Amino acid sequence: MTKSEALTRGVFAFSSIILRSFYFEPVEKGLKFAANAIESRSFMKRFLPFLIIAIVGLLTIGIATAVYKVKMQPAPAGATTGASPASGEMTKPPAAAAEEQKDSQGWHVRGPAKAPLLLEIYGDFQCPSCAVASKAIDQLQAEFKDKIKVVFHEFPLSMHQHAVRAAEAAEAAGLQGKFWEMHDALYDYQPVWSHTTNPGFLFDSYAGSMGLDLARFRADRQSSDIEGKVIEDGNAGLLRGVRNTPTIFINGQHAKGAITKDKLREAIEAALAKQKS
Amino acid sequence: MASGKSNMAATGEMRTVRGRSRTIFYWIVAIIALIGLADATFLTIAHLTGDDAVCGSAAGCSEVLGSAYATMRGIPTAAFGAVAYFIVFSMAVLGLFGYAGVKKFLIALVTAMFLASLYFLYLQAFVLHAFCPYCLLSAALSFFLAGLLVAVPAAR
Repeated sequence: MTKSEALTRGVFAFSSIILRSFYFEPVEKGLKFAANAIESRSFMKRFLPFLIIAIVGLLTIGIATAVYKVKMQPAPAGATTGASPASGEMTKPPAAAAEEQKDSQGWHVRGPAKAPLLLEIYGDFQCPSCAVASKAIDQLQAEFKDKIKVVFHEFPLSMHQHAVRAAEAAEAAGLQGKFWEMHDALYDYQPVWSHTTNPGFLFDSYAGSMGLDLARFRADRQSSDIEGKVIEDGNAGLLRGVRNTPTIFINGQHAKGAITKDKLREAIEAALAKQKS
Repeated sequence: MASGKSNMAATGEMRTVRGRSRTIFYWIVAIIALIGLADATFLTIAHLTGDDAVCGSAAGCSEVLGSAYATMRGIPTAAFGAVAYFIVFSMAVLGLFGYAGVKKFLIALVTAMFLASLYFLYLQAFVLHAFCPYCLLSAALSFFLAGLLVAVPAAR
């Protein structure tokens, strides 16, 4: 207190000397008044708490908006850098085996049509273990070269808030021939869109980055046709005994418990050996 | 300075002791409120950006942040918490500077926060069957504030 008093007095004295030398009395009087006001305790008591509150409030809002902006900005950038190794992996299987979008039954197929092994997966885009299984399947498809074709069936679980909308987005992208691109994007960015209130915007942005006709995509993913297709897929799965995700069928046989990469490889090898004999 | 203190009347000494404990009380409230403010602001941002990295390895935590209870009329629930903690902080600062009438308001607000935290704990335990650590921290802080208001006589 005495230090700050001495300081203010010093500053005041210094400025008053300068001002006096210029004969600038009104300003001098004003300064005197301000110095007295600052020195008096009532001023501190009156304004300091509000100053502290205002500073803390502004700091909170400032830091929050800064963090929000930073988080929202690199989301696409960070996602692309994060996805670049992943997409490198992903583009391999389709490149190795000319990708087909749909077969005669209207299924989404990835892999050569004449591949000896048919792997069907019932997936939910919001289910984390489905994302893991999907990655494993992509790697195995690259590993087994032309021997595997993969079919994806929609099986959105009701426990996942946005699973149906994600399935509809994938199907809508499929109408423009980009089902698998959307499939990969939905799994890659699952942690991002899963917990937003309105994932529709994100789905649109993924579609936009794939070069889809956005107006059509938006209309399609909300259409009753697509809604019906997703329900149909789910019902077909229920009839086949699918209850949770991911459920995988290898050559029509339910591969129970084969969700990890190693278990899946075993199941695939067993199925291939069976065909040879 | 020491002689001046020893000359002080007994009543005067009592008053300074009470004043000091009140100062300490408001300091603690302010610090707790600041932690709560940071926590709730963080949760608000996490909810708005849809980033569930905050969950770490806690199972089912994203279920809490992504649940229907995470927003009220479109406003993230955590934002209400941030505002509440900010008001508590403001009250504590005003209390530190000797503003009267702060206590009653503080008691009403902390009671409301205590009840809200109880409700959110109930939701996490019995409806969502999942817990998020940052939500639990917020609940713990408001319980602590409530306990402080009840236990410390300077608050009354």
